[in-house]
Amino acid sequence: MSVKYETVMGLEVHVQLDTNSKMFTRVGTGFGKPPNTLTDPVVLGLPGALPVMNREAIEKSIKVGLLLGCKIAEVCKWDRKNYFYPDMPKNYQISQFDQPICEGGEVEIELPGETPTVMGEHRKVMLTRIHLEEDVGKLTHYERDSLVDYNRAGSPLLEIVSEPDLFTPDEVFAYLTSLRNSLVSAGISPCDMEKGQLRCDANVSIRPVGTTTLGTKVELKNLNTISGVKQGVEYEIRRQTKALENGEEIFQETRRWNPEEKRTTSMRSKEMAHDYRYFPDPDLMPVKIDPEWVKRIAKEIPEKPFDKQRRYMAEMNLPYTATAALCGDRPLCEYFEKTADLTKDSVKAANWVVNDLLRELSQAGKDSDNESEISVENCPLAPESLAELINLIEENVVSNNVAKELFPEMFATGKSAAELVNEKGLEMKSDGDEIESLCVKAIEDDPDAAEKYKGGKEGAINALKGSVMKATRGQANPQVVDETLRRLLSS
Amino acid sequence: MDSNSLISKTATELSGELESGNCKAVEIAQAYLEQIDRVDGKVHAFLHRDDDDFLAQAKDSDERREKGETLGPLDGIPVCLKDVISVEGQPLTAASKILQDYVSPYDATVTRKLKAAGAVIGGRLNLDEFAMGSSTENSAYGPTRNPWDLERVPGGSSGGSSAAVAAREAPLTLGSDTGGSIRQPASLCGVVGMKPTYGMVSRYGLAAFASSLDQIGPFSQTVEDTALLLETISGHDPLDSTSYPTEVPSYSEFLKQKHEPCTLGLPKEFFGEGMDDEVRTAVEKAIEFYKGKGYEIVDLSLPTTDLSIPVYYVIATAEASSNLARYDGIRYTSRSERAENAVDVYAKSRGEGFGEEVKRRCILGAYGLSSGYYDAYYLRAQKTRTLIRQDFERAFEKVDAILTPTSPTPAFKFGAKSEDPISMYLSDVYTISTNLAGLPGLSVPCGFTESGLPIGLQLIGKAFDEGTLLSIAHDFDRELQFGRQAPNLED
Repeated sequence: MSVKYETVMGLEVHVQLDTNSKMFTRVGTGFGKPPNTLTDPVVLGLPGALPVMNREAIEKSIKVGLLLGCKIAEVCKWDRKNYFYPDMPKNYQISQFDQPICEGGEVEIELPGETPTVMGEHRKVMLTRIHLEEDVGKLTHYERDSLVDYNRAGSPLLEIVSEPDLFTPDEVFAYLTSLRNSLVSAGISPCDMEKGQLRCDANVSIRPVGTTTLGTKVELKNLNTISGVKQGVEYEIRRQTKALENGEEIFQETRRWNPEEKRTTSMRSKEMAHDYRYFPDPDLMPVKIDPEWVKRIAKEIPEKPFDKQRRYMAEMNLPYTATAALCGDRPLCEYFEKTADLTKDSVKAANWVVNDLLRELSQAGKDSDNESEISVENCPLAPESLAELINLIEENVVSNNVAKELFPEMFATGKSAAELVNEKGLEMKSDGDEIESLCVKAIEDDPDAAEKYKGGKEGAINALKGSVMKATRGQANPQVVDETLRRLLSS
Repeated sequence: MDSNSLISKTATELSGELESGNCKAVEIAQAYLEQIDRVDGKVHAFLHRDDDDFLAQAKDSDERREKGETLGPLDGIPVCLKDVISVEGQPLTAASKILQDYVSPYDATVTRKLKAAGAVIGGRLNLDEFAMGSSTENSAYGPTRNPWDLERVPGGSSGGSSAAVAAREAPLTLGSDTGGSIRQPASLCGVVGMKPTYGMVSRYGLAAFASSLDQIGPFSQTVEDTALLLETISGHDPLDSTSYPTEVPSYSEFLKQKHEPCTLGLPKEFFGEGMDDEVRTAVEKAIEFYKGKGYEIVDLSLPTTDLSIPVYYVIATAEASSNLARYDGIRYTSRSERAENAVDVYAKSRGEGFGEEVKRRCILGAYGLSSGYYDAYYLRAQKTRTLIRQDFERAFEKVDAILTPTSPTPAFKFGAKSEDPISMYLSDVYTISTNLAGLPGLSVPCGFTESGLPIGLQLIGKAFDEGTLLSIAHDFDRELQFGRQAPNLED
């Protein structure tokens, strides 16, 4: 009888905090600057350089703690993690060992629904702790040499450690997506995995179903994209299951995910694990966190993405698919809410934002030199303009079709809907006499359709409507056309 | 004014001469350069000189004075620094081969303050490698010799700083004191040397040995000069998190005021076995002097005294093992030419670049922090350190300062202790507990042995009460002025 296995996983997520300066010095942070330009004596670990804590990083960490429901420490302290590696000029990393800034907490996740249009099951993944540390530099290896760029070294880095509370690759995917949405929404970090702003290590173990002790833990590294994380853990679960089924032993080790070969390979065994010789950093004082400060920060915590989604569905009657597209993106939600406030119909506003605005933004991103840089925050089209367009449809000034055609131009030129409608003479034609003469002409041109309609074939009227619309380049008021045709055909 | 008369003056006297126009800063600088040329071949206090830069600074000072833009009493006065304190554009070797090619790209905070006060910053002064030692024999560039007896050590680790003042190669110097490295060489060379309260003087720019113990402090011929230099370099520094936010009074002004005699305590543990008879006699004479001045002398006990050396060597070496990890052969430190891979770069560069004592302490310190040993060594040492501090707190409920010898013996001969690390460590037995407790301590010359070797008296004060400590020392020094006596360095 074959044994069934279940998986237990925990994630260690590193998030670069979006701060003006580095964790322990005044020099700025940033991505894509010429190598080794964001450095100073502290970053380079020169003799005599000393660390000084960045208040903004502490504040952002408290914000993350509040966002994820953690207990914020009254006192946290700094420890040195000692090991030799060229990406770290001091050969120790300033981190938090036994007194992290946050403990506990949880991340709400949504599992895939039955179909993409159906909301999936929600549950909470428990967190162990969150601690703050400094990032290391970036090494690039060549055949004979390695080069190091210290621009990233010393940037504030938050490590969010989950409990072994994830059981499927889908949950891992959902966890990372939810965590990223929350952090981006709260302005903690852009969380761009390609820029290393969010990095993830996964601890994967399997055990026979029905047992309660955890199996041997394998740590996976080099999981550089969210789907890479999912693929990596999927592979690792298969590898471990197969090994156990073949009667082999799982070794406690660190393995590297190779995205090209789609497999994991051993990096180092438990025996080769470092002794980091942690001790309190004598250059830094422990941090006492004033509860009043925490209260002030708590007031700035934005609505969580899932709470917002529930609100949109309950209070605005938005369909799940629209909320799913909106709620991971706080600026987009703000854009939507502004638009909805200026119109009568929130659902219409949501559809315009989710379908038309997102399409144009994505197209503009692809067309720009710097792909993916176009966000709703630098969208050329203001929510007021979109609302105006929606209202023009409501007021029967333009037809829906004309509006759909106008939108890309509004996006490209920044011109208002009214402006373009005026310029192009696109107002909807509701003038009875003009429409009547066009309807008469349509019936004369297509007597077959007229006869079919009269004979009881309701759908035949559409062909007549189509020719009137065509004749007016879509500008005729569809309602007036409909009424006129029916009147003419019934007489 | 002839150069011999200039170099025999104190900084305060030189300041007066400049003020009254009797001499120029350039003449002072030239007089010292001549003296260095004359005697440093014997003394070897200096590791590096930049005479052109030195004279240029003096010229700048004279120009300021002509324009009436003098920056204060130190404007135009030479100050030389121990080769662990950063000066922009000057080498910093820490007397180690591993830093033989390093030039500091920035100023330490004390350097910046000295420059702002118009001081003329001179050559780099010898020390035990990375300030580890008590004789300056551990310098990779050869030992400094005691100006009073060239066959003997000047003490250490700031042996260059003490010898330079004794040999009249500089009126003022700065050293650093981790376990006695200012006071012990001051005692052995017959000059005043002071370790301020931990947190009084910024450590920014001081190549760290043991971060929780290191303090920069002055050397001079008189207590009055020490007060002048101390008030210039003290004060809160936002670049050093361990720097204490406190107002720095003008100690020089404070010394001019009348002070009532106060209470001095004699810890019995400091007057036991192991003290040289001539040292004992000189210190007892000093006690008699204070009694004669109306001071009250009380006996007291610091029961944890015998624990200070073991506690110190666990804590100081642990911190050093981490602080010195940055000297790795990767960027600014010398790389072994035999290194063939990354691990070699570390192992061979450090193996070749560090001297015996530095390696001994790094290994000892790493051991004390290792997993499984941390609780027994580092943690226990920290707890004991608290007991030592509490001993002093209790003592200071009864007394205003504690009086002890600075060193159990006068200057010893080269090689006398260098083969036996423990006996070398014991030469700091009277000074180490002051650092562990974070208190200010000062050594003032209190006489000579029959063979003409200087003897020092140590005074230990309350935290951040440098003023009282200086005034007590000044009461003695103003009348007896042993530090004004100069050794005969003629052939």
